[in-house]
Amino acid sequence: MKFVDEFRSSDYSKLLVENLRTISCNKINIMEVCGTHTMSIFRYGIRDVLPTNVNLISGPGCPVCVTPQSYIDTALELSNRKDVIIATFGDMMKVPGRRGSLLKKKAEGADIRIVYSPMDCLILAAENPLKQIVFLAVGFETTAPMTAVTAIESRKKGLSNLFFFTAHKIVPPVMEALVNDQDLNLDGFLLPGNVSAIIGTEPFEFLSKDLNIPGVVTGFEPVDILQGLNTLVGLISKKDYRIANDYKRIVKTDGNTKAKDYLNKAFNIVDSNWRGIGKVPKSGLEFNRQFEEFDALKHFEICYEEYDGGSGCRCGEILKGKINPTQCPLFKKLCTPDNPVGSCMVSSEGTCAAYFRYYKPRKMEE
Amino acid sequence: MSTITLSHGSGGTQTNKLINDIFFKYFSNDILNQMNDAAQIDIDFKKLAFTTDSFVVNPIFFAGGNIGKLAVCGTVNDLAVSGAKPLYLTSAFIIEEGFSIVNLEIIVKTMAEEGKKSGVKIVAGDTKVVEKGNVDGIYINTSGIGSIYENVNINCANAKSGDVIIVNGTLGDHGMTILCERNNLGFEGNLISDCACLNTLVDCMLDAYDGIHVIRDATRGGVAAVLNEISDFSNVTIALEENLLPIKEEVKGAAEMLGLDPLYIANEGKLCVFVPEAQAEQVLFAMRTHPLGANAAIIGRVTEELGKKVYLNTVVGGKRIVDMPSGILLPRIC
Amino acid sequence: MCLAVPGRVLSINGNMGIIEVGKLRRNVFLHLTPDVAIDDYVLVHAGCAIQEIDEVEAKITLDILKELAECEIRR
Repeated sequence: MKFVDEFRSSDYSKLLVENLRTISCNKINIMEVCGTHTMSIFRYGIRDVLPTNVNLISGPGCPVCVTPQSYIDTALELSNRKDVIIATFGDMMKVPGRRGSLLKKKAEGADIRIVYSPMDCLILAAENPLKQIVFLAVGFETTAPMTAVTAIESRKKGLSNLFFFTAHKIVPPVMEALVNDQDLNLDGFLLPGNVSAIIGTEPFEFLSKDLNIPGVVTGFEPVDILQGLNTLVGLISKKDYRIANDYKRIVKTDGNTKAKDYLNKAFNIVDSNWRGIGKVPKSGLEFNRQFEEFDALKHFEICYEEYDGGSGCRCGEILKGKINPTQCPLFKKLCTPDNPVGSCMVSSEGTCAAYFRYYKPRKMEE
Repeated sequence: MSTITLSHGSGGTQTNKLINDIFFKYFSNDILNQMNDAAQIDIDFKKLAFTTDSFVVNPIFFAGGNIGKLAVCGTVNDLAVSGAKPLYLTSAFIIEEGFSIVNLEIIVKTMAEEGKKSGVKIVAGDTKVVEKGNVDGIYINTSGIGSIYENVNINCANAKSGDVIIVNGTLGDHGMTILCERNNLGFEGNLISDCACLNTLVDCMLDAYDGIHVIRDATRGGVAAVLNEISDFSNVTIALEENLLPIKEEVKGAAEMLGLDPLYIANEGKLCVFVPEAQAEQVLFAMRTHPLGANAAIIGRVTEELGKKVYLNTVVGGKRIVDMPSGILLPRIC
Repeated sequence: MCLAVPGRVLSINGNMGIIEVGKLRRNVFLHLTPDVAIDDYVLVHAGCAIQEIDEVEAKITLDILKELAECEIRR
């Protein structure tokens, strides 16, 4: 597959690993803030091949993981209505609320459909004119523009039965909250490549200018990640605190202006609760006045109050990168992919799920 | 009458008509045609293999087959990988009131065709009809018996250090086809189930070398599930090579878009074969001469390491554990 | 949070298009990549093309790696 296979080259990957070992011997803490990076790093066993001085920490880059329990419970309540079809990405199906999960609810007979794309909701709405379709609009800046596009298309098609229960969040504010946390000692960031494709590199400049923390915009194939790490370790060792872009085939400095236009057209930026982290100012997206007809909470007159887990798991600290999953007392004992306690285990790109499925200490060969 | 009604299942004239017009028309053979309450079969072998499976797939019809094809191939394959020659099947149908008779005929005809290809006879059966809503269209159970080959010792616990692991073709074809069709994911292309009876391929392999250690078909849970089972039963460590896994471009494309791993996706026409290293080439060669083994490939080996685990050597030179799948497969965007 | 895959544009119909990923085809939104042309490559996330792939930049990246590889061989 073009633009995939070349960036999975075994030869280039091994070359970059060798090169990484030569750059610096100092202990370095790097955080990656994209769940897709977390998955890729584990999928390719990249932690296995890193020099021991480079410590990769997984941050809160999983939109499913940071969605509060109250969101799931409200979705479950909506699914009780006989006239509602819930449409959702597959990621949300197993997330546990206080009252179960969408998967369990589907098994009990609720009309819950998995979609690959929000555009499929347009077809659902057209084919089921007597039903009200509620799309669970979760995701970061990579995904939010298509919620806006789908709403606009819905208007164009004259559909009046498609609604969105939004929980979109944006990344740079939560990174700011993280670096202001005294307990974290980060030397640099692997920056989310596809979020940057939308917003560009400028929103991350604050790391460099205000905090002297470098970052490298990185893609998701193994060659991309290893190249990003090479660049970042190089910047850190030279105390060169800039934001570099190693994903230029996708990311332009000003991102995708069309996508940003759609975001500005449809959404207001609001404060938002991140599960395990708490309230992060100006980190969420909500439909603005011109689009409020699509807002499921307004349409169904739901008084939505957010609440979180609180189940003894340490997802919050894991999401902030303070501990790794093996340090949570529930990990692999009470909390497994089959019986997830916290969101980090539910989402397949959640840190705990990735650790559960892929992590083995380097002693594996002994 | 174009649809199944409750009277088709009540044991009267409609039932008999259905049995004659459809089941006996396609399944006809000397044993079945005696119309006894139980099939009466002469046997001349010492040890028999006996298995059963039920099929509830949705959608009932999919690219590359239907529930009937699965029902015959699934049971034939269970017998074949147990080192047995599949001989006789039963088939029991539970049909929803309102099910299309035309569709039933297509399903039964497919079953007869697969029976012919694999050399098995369907010698007994049953039909029940239930009220609308009590099953999802149609469910089928098949049970099968086969004669176990003498001098063949194929067992899940037989894998040994040094064994080479071969699969007979591309991974994840069936599961990906079903997932995409069931959820209307809107993908178009040559996604097609690999559903097939593998007994003649197994015969071919055993002819090349009758000391094969393990043969298992990789169905639900994909190759990952089967290898974890074998690792567990044989108490061995299995190492796979990422760059050797045979995967169709279409399945790769869908897997990339949906965030799924072909190692965990169901197959219905794939075997995992554990062969001592010295005989690996000859078995591989024999497999490649068979139409169902044309893309056979070595995907890994049993290592000398202690412990029960399955891992993958990645293209980067790292390792990742391939654990037992849990729960259902869900597409993701994150 | 951003599972996305490169796909080739096969056809365009207003704001919609058909892309091909590994011989599989799908309808996608092209609202975010209005300047795309047939045979261009785009990055597809959840049924939407989120950015065009810059083939020149991709080649530059791969050329740098190729050069690095050749240096290694010479060493």
